[in-house]
Amino acid sequence: MAENTNSVQNELDYHKKKKKEEMKQQVITFALMIVFTIIAFTMVAAGLDKLFVIPIIVVLAIVQVIFQLYYFMHMSHKGHELPAIMMYGGISVAFLTILTFLVLIWW
Amino acid sequence: MSTTTAQRTGFGAVLWDYLTTVDHKKIGILYLISGGFFFLIGGLEAMAIRIQLIKPENDFVSAGFYNEILTMHGTTMIFLAAMPLIFALMNAVVPLQIGARDVAFPFLNSLGFWLFLFGGLLLNASWFLGGAPDAGWTAYAPLSTTSPGHGVDFYILGLQISGAGTLIAGINFLVTIVNMRAPGMTYMRLPLFTWTTFVVSALILFAFPALTVGLFLLMFDRLFGSGFFNANMGGNSVIWEHLFWIFGHPEVYILILPAFGVFSEVLPTFAKKRLFGYTAMVFATVLIGFLGFMVWAHHMFTVGLGPAANSIFAVATMAIAVPTGIKIFNWLFTLWGGNIQINSAMLWSLSFIPTFTLGGMTGVMLAAAAADYQYHDTYFVVAHFHYVIVGGVVFGIFAGLHYWWPRMFGKILNETLGKITFWTFFIGFHLTFFIQHFLGLMGMPRRYWVFLADQGLDTGNFISTIGAFLMAVGTIVFLINVIVTTSKGEKVSGDPWDGRTLEWAIPNPTPHYNFKQTPLVRGLDALWVEKTEGRKEMTPAEPLDDIHMPNASILPFIMSLGLFIAGFGFIYQIDNISWLLAVFIGMGITLGAMFVRSVKDDLGHHIHKEDLDKGAGL
Repeated sequence: MAENTNSVQNELDYHKKKKKEEMKQQVITFALMIVFTIIAFTMVAAGLDKLFVIPIIVVLAIVQVIFQLYYFMHMSHKGHELPAIMMYGGISVAFLTILTFLVLIWW
Repeated sequence: MSTTTAQRTGFGAVLWDYLTTVDHKKIGILYLISGGFFFLIGGLEAMAIRIQLIKPENDFVSAGFYNEILTMHGTTMIFLAAMPLIFALMNAVVPLQIGARDVAFPFLNSLGFWLFLFGGLLLNASWFLGGAPDAGWTAYAPLSTTSPGHGVDFYILGLQISGAGTLIAGINFLVTIVNMRAPGMTYMRLPLFTWTTFVVSALILFAFPALTVGLFLLMFDRLFGSGFFNANMGGNSVIWEHLFWIFGHPEVYILILPAFGVFSEVLPTFAKKRLFGYTAMVFATVLIGFLGFMVWAHHMFTVGLGPAANSIFAVATMAIAVPTGIKIFNWLFTLWGGNIQINSAMLWSLSFIPTFTLGGMTGVMLAAAAADYQYHDTYFVVAHFHYVIVGGVVFGIFAGLHYWWPRMFGKILNETLGKITFWTFFIGFHLTFFIQHFLGLMGMPRRYWVFLADQGLDTGNFISTIGAFLMAVGTIVFLINVIVTTSKGEKVSGDPWDGRTLEWAIPNPTPHYNFKQTPLVRGLDALWVEKTEGRKEMTPAEPLDDIHMPNASILPFIMSLGLFIAGFGFIYQIDNISWLLAVFIGMGITLGAMFVRSVKDDLGHHIHKEDLDKGAGL
């Protein structure tokens, strides 16, 4: 009986720890996203060279989307493999299309 | 029961039943009938083309009319015949193969069908309303943007409506296969036809939006004065070609992959062996789907994309021969050492292998970009794509119909007539198209309505036309077969072929709810696993319980009818602004039906377990 209670207690601790871990990750990503946004706005406000600013903003935006999907929309959890495949499939088709239009038509 | 039987005998009741049905089996039959109807229309157009080309400088049809039948032959055969016939097989079989009681969205399944049908009817209405589209099935701008009359407008609106139906159907099958598999039916236990349906649905999801966008741009160019494809207004006509082929190339894989799936079901069944290299087959299917998106510009080698782009697309195209080759060898190894039984379904499947290999070989030839400058726009290309589409897709549909006919209609198609169909069609097909390779190499261009005498083209074209008549005879014999079987055929058991997959575990006729108890799947070829252990039926995965089924609805028909009416409004509003009224009425009907669907709760009905033994839902 004592053992049984112990294992329940262990399970509870494990879940608590996992939840805490997740919360920590969410807070960190949230902070990072705010920092990214501040960086983006400051760069524009500082009037740096466009060729320098635009790629960085695009990269920051992509990172933020990934954060959003994986930490806030729980794509990192189990059972999201298929939506992930479909999303990457769609993204790669869209990317190819845009790339074609950029390099083959409006060269 | 007697009252329900009496109710069902009336013609009006049957008609109403089919207009409102959300049952995947009945929608499969609707797809089969309408796809078959358009196949006959497309076939008539093909006959007109071949009669026109039977001798030099023939005047069976005029040049303008030739352009129309040529365009409509391609468009009808791809969008209105091959696609729905494949959807017919998918609807009839896929839910049964995965142990489901219906598709994930039965209402959408019905909507997808009616949108396709009304789109097809709108397109074909153009014959009676001042001329059909005449800019080729690819509708290249600026030919399509400047084509006079309303033909191309019918093409745009018709395909837009039926394309929406296809997209809906594709999404439906994706969700069905992801979510509705029976317990134990893991991805690597899916029958190969279901796997190909899955990959094809993903291709539909990603490819059809490109067509939708392209058609919208074309619609605005033609009907609302924009200039996306008009160089004078700063547009670029090459954009259409890219959009069309970003859709169009995956489209040909959308057609051929389910046919591959059919052969992968037929060959193991009649060779009494499990499919050789199942994992490799699945991998090859996914790889073909993946590569299908990276090769579209091989249709555009002569546009002038430059050597770098041409080389990339040439290499990517040739790469597709690798997974396809894997499949061909796996089919051959499935047959190797098998206890082979030859019947009509098997004849179509066996003849597919060499026929498709020929088409694949000319495909690799065409993929060589430098050589393509020689082949481009000649009959060599025509021969190539008829070898893969007729030799692959049509053979696959015939094989699938012979194989699954007892599942769909409870009777086996007449074998003698089936074999007559096969041999006349098979010989006719090769007579028609094999010679066209050489006509093309001799320089006969595509799409021309006449050719001149004494240029070495006379005999070849004559032979080709004779072959086309043989194919027509084969098709007519198949129709006779359907009538004979329906009226005189004997009812068979639920498993007439000693099948391997779940759809043969169901009694004949298939009950409304498919499976009384959801089956437990214990391996690849689920029914065969049970048979090897001496059982006749599947092990149930659940106790007998009430069965939840969706309600029938007329709304999908009304929504599609609304878009059909609005389509005419869009086409004619450029002549007379009062036609906008038809747009408002049509869209009002559609949106109204959507509103009704949204606010009215429709939770389906239950078949109670007490009634199951009394034959409810049969």
